[in-house]
Amino acid sequence: MSDQSEKLQQQVLQAIANSQALKIVGGDSKYFYGHTIEGELLFTTQHQGILNYEPTELVISARCGTPLSQIISTLSQHNQMLAFEPPAFSNNATLGGTIATNLSGPRRAYAGAARDFVLGCRLLNGKGEILRFGGEVMKNVAGYDVSRLMAGAMGTLGVLLDISLKVVPIPEMESSLVFELDQQRALDKIHELSSKAWPISASCYHSGKLYVRLSGAEQAVIHTSQQLGGETLNQADAFWLQLKEQTLDFFQSEENLWRLSIASDAAALSYEKCLIEWGGALRWIKTNDVAENLFATAAEWGGHATLFKPSANEASQRFQKLSAPMLKLHQQLKQAFDPHLLFNIGKLYPEL
Amino acid sequence: MPDNKQTPLDKTTLTNKLLAILPEASVLHQDERLRPYECDGLSAYRQKPMVVVLPNTIDQVQAVLRMCHQYQVPVVARGAGTGLSGGALPLEYGVLLGLAKFKNILTIDAKKRIAVVQPGVRNLAISKAADIYGLYYAPDPSSQIACTIGGNVAENSGGVHCLKYGLTVHNIQQLKILTMQGELLTIGGSGLDSPGYDLLALMTGSEGLLGVIVEVTVKLLPKPERAQVILAAFDDVVKAGEAVGNVIADGIIPAGLEMMDKLAIQAAEDFVHAGYPLDAAAILLCELDGSNAEVSEHVSRVRDILLTSGAMEVRTAKDEAERLVFWKGRKAAFPAVGRISPDYYCMDGTIPRKQLPRVLQTIADLSKEYNLPVANVFHAGDGNLHPLILYDANKAGELERTEEFGGKILELCVEVGGTITGEHGVGVEKINQMCVQFQSLELTQFHAVKAAFDPDGLLNPGKAVPTLQRCAEFGAMHVHKGELAFPELERF
Ligand SMILES: Cc1cc2nc3c(=O)[nH]c(=O)nc-3n(C[C@H](O)[C@H](O)[C@H](O)COP(=O)(O)OP(=O)(O)OC[C@H]3O[C@@H](n4cnc5c(N)ncnc54)[C@H](O)[C@@H]3O)c2cc1C
Repeated sequence: MSDQSEKLQQQVLQAIANSQALKIVGGDSKYFYGHTIEGELLFTTQHQGILNYEPTELVISARCGTPLSQIISTLSQHNQMLAFEPPAFSNNATLGGTIATNLSGPRRAYAGAARDFVLGCRLLNGKGEILRFGGEVMKNVAGYDVSRLMAGAMGTLGVLLDISLKVVPIPEMESSLVFELDQQRALDKIHELSSKAWPISASCYHSGKLYVRLSGAEQAVIHTSQQLGGETLNQADAFWLQLKEQTLDFFQSEENLWRLSIASDAAALSYEKCLIEWGGALRWIKTNDVAENLFATAAEWGGHATLFKPSANEASQRFQKLSAPMLKLHQQLKQAFDPHLLFNIGKLYPEL
Repeated sequence: MPDNKQTPLDKTTLTNKLLAILPEASVLHQDERLRPYECDGLSAYRQKPMVVVLPNTIDQVQAVLRMCHQYQVPVVARGAGTGLSGGALPLEYGVLLGLAKFKNILTIDAKKRIAVVQPGVRNLAISKAADIYGLYYAPDPSSQIACTIGGNVAENSGGVHCLKYGLTVHNIQQLKILTMQGELLTIGGSGLDSPGYDLLALMTGSEGLLGVIVEVTVKLLPKPERAQVILAAFDDVVKAGEAVGNVIADGIIPAGLEMMDKLAIQAAEDFVHAGYPLDAAAILLCELDGSNAEVSEHVSRVRDILLTSGAMEVRTAKDEAERLVFWKGRKAAFPAVGRISPDYYCMDGTIPRKQLPRVLQTIADLSKEYNLPVANVFHAGDGNLHPLILYDANKAGELERTEEFGGKILELCVEVGGTITGEHGVGVEKINQMCVQFQSLELTQFHAVKAAFDPDGLLNPGKAVPTLQRCAEFGAMHVHKGELAFPELERF
């Protein structure tokens, strides 16, 4: 419940003195994501607590170890939410891990990703310095956007101590529709729907069914449901929750689970076990095909593949390779934040 | 003034080297041809560049950068030069790299809802070209007829619709950039995210210090079925500010929510005759968009909220023509103020909205103290304040007083938990205030980020991030975050 910044800072300073690599751990809810790494554990969970929440300013600030569930329930008391609908994957999920992984749920294609809502942060860098970037206001272009850079950096650039996020009102009403279609028709349909300003907030296709969620003002949702046809999905909230938390049957698998983030208009991929989200821009694939093929497929469609949840013994590279000049730039940025190469070495790429 | 880095090349040598790379017409070196480039939208700062180049292919830009890198010549990129913080201010010993010839829209892909454009394409041109597909590009700075998308990315520009639709950073998907070394990098991709660090975020708002943007892929949105605007008049600015909070507390995010104070209303009304109520202390313009049904529902709710919040009058635009007239006054607010004063100076702080009464009161007090009138135009929904200080540059000392006054406003924004710039950037203008907003550790981190891209510091040197030495000099005669170093001494 308290400010552990100094303690965490001491641990980093000690690690510098001992040349000891550190492995940052929050709730360990996303332990499977990224490469398995070594390092002395740096726990963030004690550094918790909501620092500021102003519903009418649309902003919440909290320490990194604050449970995600606490953030979400606090917001919902004021009829607000995190628009990027982050997956938790366990009750232990913390705010820090949520932002460091930048994982975003079904609403992502329609509302934005975690990174889109980051307003500011307090960061413990690899020199053991505590720095503050951004702030609690909606618009801020003073200095480089370091806070947003931290989203998705997987802790390789520093320890996110405190984070400020933009929040949004919970939609007045939600209702979901189901259409029975084959994959290509479903892709066509979702593109057709996306080209109009319908209040769509999520889409998913698998096993012959296209699911579409509508969110917004009551009249808008009712009116749109009538216009679009399809069947109304019962227990829709449970469906989208299971999709987000990957507890749908599709995700129970002995095979590798791949995440392909590609151009939304990519055709149906040649992998049979595929679940589509984000209006076509996200494809989950279950396969034991060799990694190179998935990376190549993703590249062909202008995107990238991630080995999201490996089956046992899978030692392959998890993230799409960076080009040589991009890798070099990444290494230089790593140097800029973590010159002693302490944080989460190899979590993202072996060189970082 | 930027800390100019002297080039080892004299003007003739530099010009000849550029002429070896570019067609003659793309290299401007004669004095009279340099003049149009000596300032951007912040005309108080002027400096003629040594040479201007206007390439029109990526290969040419690459060749220019490589040559400049080789000889360590600093380079300043420029779009349309509408920037309001001196970001594109040239260097006496440097090359000004104009991207105005990169005017082509390369693709509009209606299915993917993206447009791939060259950096010199004007903001409004994108929405115009996408219109036939029922799509548009959401960020709409008031300068949108003139400013370029490259400049928008470099400044992370916003507009009156960014409360609901986000800033530039939320509406772009991919960039092609050239580093100072001439390396062509693709940042982002066709998907909604990309592997590795979020360099797209880092590039957006980097004010031309990290790389030269040579191609931009923007996201397009379907045009809403309907947009409706409500105009509400208040006899008190504080009430208007509270009304904004009340609308948001009700769970409505308007497409735009703008506020103008009395002087801004008068200036705009004189200029465009939008029918604004001249007896009001403040007006709010609240735009609601979406499906027909949604807009009808929200318009009636917002009307009620505004009336309960104490509005003296609430008008709903009766048709599209009237909606445009309501907006016209707001969009023309800057030039309107330009008509009633020989010069004006536009500030750009962002504050937590609840601090509005305090900030407006302090601005009013400072206005009396400096004897300079202020008109306030405010992106009220997201707390971005544009106080316009009216002054006369021909009166001795008045610009200096204006700048000092402006600096105080920015420091006030920091003091109440806000920032010195919401959308116009730091440039050369707010470089001293960066020392107020950030401590030396953070500034050092910014310099390290810069060095990761441009270790020799050749791209737009002296802008956006002050050196520690500069801050030390500034701090020596300055109050830092309200802590007076020698409170007993008189200040100058
Ligand atoms: C009347 C008026 C109203 C305005 N209203 C708004 C508003 O509502 N919202 C808002 O956000 N801004 C507003 N502005 C400010 C300005 O229009 C924006 O900052 C705009 O994005 C600048 O674009 P530009 O093409 O003119 O860029 P320039 O002024 O030419 O350059 C701006 C900065 O970007 C860099 N740059 C330009 N092109 C590139 C490139 N291709 N690669 C790398 N760096 C580059 C330059 O070096 C410079 O630092 C307004 C300005 C005026 C004059």
